[in-house]
Amino acid sequence: MEIKLNLNGRAITAQADPDTLLLDFVRAQGCVSVKRGCDTANCGLCTVLLDGVPVLSCSVLAARADGHSVQTLEGLQSEAEEFVTFIADQGADQCGFCNPGFVMNTIALLRENPDPTDEEIRAYLAGNLCRCSGYDGQLRGIRAYLNSKKEQGGARDGAEK
Amino acid sequence: MLTIREYVRPQTLEEAYTLCQKKSSVVLGGMLWLRMQNSQVGTAIDLCELGLNHIEETPDDYVIGAMVSLRQLEQHPGLAALTQGAMAEAVKHIVGVQFRNLATVGGSLYGRFGFSDVLTLFLALDARVELYHAGMMSLADFIGMPRQQRDILVRVYLPRAPRRVVYLSQRNSATDFPTLTCAIARQNGQTCCVIGARPMRAMAFDDEKGLLAAGVNETSAAAFAKDLAARVPLGSNLRAGEEYRRLVCEALVRRGLVQMEGC
Repeated sequence: MEIKLNLNGRAITAQADPDTLLLDFVRAQGCVSVKRGCDTANCGLCTVLLDGVPVLSCSVLAARADGHSVQTLEGLQSEAEEFVTFIADQGADQCGFCNPGFVMNTIALLRENPDPTDEEIRAYLAGNLCRCSGYDGQLRGIRAYLNSKKEQGGARDGAEK
Repeated sequence: MLTIREYVRPQTLEEAYTLCQKKSSVVLGGMLWLRMQNSQVGTAIDLCELGLNHIEETPDDYVIGAMVSLRQLEQHPGLAALTQGAMAEAVKHIVGVQFRNLATVGGSLYGRFGFSDVLTLFLALDARVELYHAGMMSLADFIGMPRQQRDILVRVYLPRAPRRVVYLSQRNSATDFPTLTCAIARQNGQTCCVIGARPMRAMAFDDEKGLLAAGVNETSAAAFAKDLAARVPLGSNLRAGEEYRRLVCEALVRRGLVQMEGC
């Protein structure tokens, strides 16, 4: 069957079987940041944004994404660059395998809630599993990014006054 | 491994119902549980173009389309107010945000899964379901229907009548299936307590002995919890044994009642 969707801002038309998963579809289009982790809808590694909403691409048919917009990390580099160095600074990405899923879901979190509490960050990222770091590094990294943004905002406000 | 021969987006419920009469057809919900099965699907029926992804309000009910996601339930301010936060509490432990953006109300209820948090809470809220062919019925009646019956769950109706509600669950680890779920609703002095993940389908219990008739306090809550835990049918599976579930049941029911009444 023919699938037409918008992938990272590009209109894509491609053939896919009715049971092709969105995960395999986007990887075939070159978006290899999207990885197959647990393959049981538990680990969050395959997270993509479907019409702006984070979903597990291992559990969505490519056919269901027909006519919709899909974003992967390849299309969100500048948005991700803002905070990934803060996460790296905390040593939170040790093997790095879970990182694309964490980054995608963090982008979704910050779009939905630009000033989350630590509890809200933990709750939003609960569906992203990491077997190296114990999650505190990711939390510290996101908190450091948010604090840095606030300090920059405060400095800018001060300069404007 | 799941294989699908044909994928269809029906434009009407009649079309969806006709398609789903074939044994090899499957109605897609969020596809999360279906995805885990080793089955060969002839026609996968996607209800995504039938406008069933909205929560509407009538004077009497919240009307929840079958394709509404668990995340929509979690974030809906009206449902939060109606249940005093129990709706979000019931779904927030289900894997993660990405999962709950996919999982649907229809899929959660139609499967009548033993582990379902949603089934537990909706049963306590006196939900009714609208099936395309069989029409309206209480969720309690729907739970008892044979699974072989092929129908389309269209909408779920939650009465807006005010009641006190609380939801608690026990898990071995965060985001896992629950080992036991407990939803309690109290309206006009009547208490309904639903126990799920027994590990069988959720069951509702009333205060048949009138242990809470004089009001809920720590003593009456403990008595009701002890009585209920003694009579609820429980079983064992990989996550917990029957005896452990019985202890958890008593604790959750007592805590739930105390939390609900703030006593």
